[in-house]
Amino acid sequence: MITFLIFLPFLLFFVVIAVYGERKISAFVQTRVGPIEVGPFGLFQTIADLLKMLQKEDIRPFAIDKFLFLIAPLIVFASVFTGYSVLPITQGIAGSEISTGVFFLLGVISLDVLGILMAGWGSNNKFSVLGAMRSVAQIVSYEIPLGLSILAVVMLAGTLNLQEISVLQGVQSESPAYFLGIHALEVTDIGGILTWNIFQMPILFVAFVIFFISSLAEANRVPFDLPESESELIGGYHTEYSGFRWGLFMLAEYGMMLLVSFLAAILFFGSWQSPLPNVGSFTLGDWTNGVVWGIFWLFLKAMFFIVLQMMVRWTYPRLRVDQLMTLSWKYLIPISIFVLFIVGIWKLALV
Amino acid sequence: MKDYFRHIALAISTSLSGLRLTFKYLFEAREKRKPIGVADDNYFEQDKGIATLQYPFESLPVPDNGRYKLHNEIDDCIVCDKCAKVCPVDCIEIEPVRATEAIGNTSDGTPKRIYAAKFDIDMAKCCFCGLCTTVCPTECLTMTKAYDFSTFDVKDHNYSFAEMSLVEIAQKRNEFEEFQANKTKAKAIGVSDASGVAAKPKVVISKPVTGVKPVVGKPKPVLKPKPMIRKKPSDDRDN
Repeated sequence: MITFLIFLPFLLFFVVIAVYGERKISAFVQTRVGPIEVGPFGLFQTIADLLKMLQKEDIRPFAIDKFLFLIAPLIVFASVFTGYSVLPITQGIAGSEISTGVFFLLGVISLDVLGILMAGWGSNNKFSVLGAMRSVAQIVSYEIPLGLSILAVVMLAGTLNLQEISVLQGVQSESPAYFLGIHALEVTDIGGILTWNIFQMPILFVAFVIFFISSLAEANRVPFDLPESESELIGGYHTEYSGFRWGLFMLAEYGMMLLVSFLAAILFFGSWQSPLPNVGSFTLGDWTNGVVWGIFWLFLKAMFFIVLQMMVRWTYPRLRVDQLMTLSWKYLIPISIFVLFIVGIWKLALV
Repeated sequence: MKDYFRHIALAISTSLSGLRLTFKYLFEAREKRKPIGVADDNYFEQDKGIATLQYPFESLPVPDNGRYKLHNEIDDCIVCDKCAKVCPVDCIEIEPVRATEAIGNTSDGTPKRIYAAKFDIDMAKCCFCGLCTTVCPTECLTMTKAYDFSTFDVKDHNYSFAEMSLVEIAQKRNEFEEFQANKTKAKAIGVSDASGVAAKPKVVISKPVTGVKPVVGKPKPVLKPKPMIRKKPSDDRDN
């Protein structure tokens, strides 16, 4: 319930800001100025676009499979948004504290491939079907490195509950935390940046890179936007959609971006923990940890990854289908299995 | 196997250099390039920052000798019709009315003998070759650096430079007709002065002008291709 009350309004607000931010970042990268006309610095541009989109007619072509076509955007958005239900928000506050947190999250967000396939098939359009098939191939392939990189974190933490994983990365942790996994460097009381998973187990940085790449593919973001690829498939699976139903797909895409950014922050970068350590009597970590601080840190970290995703989008060209498959099956999966192995050995040998 | 790790290293290094490049541009976007012309010394120094020129609010300076909109200083115009004849696209329309005597001097001292009842330049037709400005004997017809003169109606591109009212035109025309009639009368009476009176003076309306044209029109086809042929290779060589 708390997820619903916090994340749904935040997601809607985030989409408005993120579309604006995306356009501004893309403009600055390409030495343009971006939206400047509507409101101060063009801040209301997205709101104007949103109003325009809501006024549009909900077009339903004659040849569609009505049931699949109409229900697909709802399934895509619902499955992505359900993923938010297990996220912790701050110290002591989390959505659903089910013990299978990450597992549930991975399972439920891979349902969105079903919605995308329904949208593509139901549209009865060759571009949509092509986009949907690409999407299925892509998401099924990238689930594996994504799952394996998360598994490495789960192996270190020993729990699937995201709130517990968060607690383990700070001073509130009951079990000892070691910097770089070395016994001599116990940092349980110091906390801060030193107890983040990525510093407790530096090999997890590789896992994070794999996680980041796969999460881009999961969210259908450039350079893995083959399901949409507007230059070859017009819009891919959402070619035939218009108005609010198209808006739902857009919302789901940005929702997915935000979700994987939260997940990256929670799993690798200390969740809602402050990056400042306790140094002697300057207990910076304790001063900057709390319910409100927790929300601040978690959302700040998530925003950092959002900006990184946007920069990646405006840097790299789209992959070819065979390159996409090669990257996943020949590179990411072997490396993530190797990382998993190293994490296991490290934990056994040193901790 | 060796290739495998080489590919990984290559992928990492190229991806990083790509991101470094875009972050560099993002960082440099704090600054904005100033709208300075190519004549400015710092023109090539500005290689960083936002390049967008928000046109109606700011624009690049145009050199003073830019060849854009035509302007005729009608007070200096002797209505010689040379510009209209040389124009390859016939965008200048002139309707002269002859005066009975010199009506004043231009700023360079050339006496004016013809009124311009109509001096229209259709900028929609103009091809900006600048031939009319080179043939102009009093240098009253010039190209200015004004380039933003787009209009909603193509007819608004027809610029009229003549300053005479319809009444004035009719009056001057009548004056000349009377003068001419008197002259022929005088000629009929006094036969002695034959040399001074050529058949030239006549009521000049638009029709006689076109009647005159073919006589002088001969050099036109010669004039037109010549600068074109001459210019093209020279331009290429310059480049």
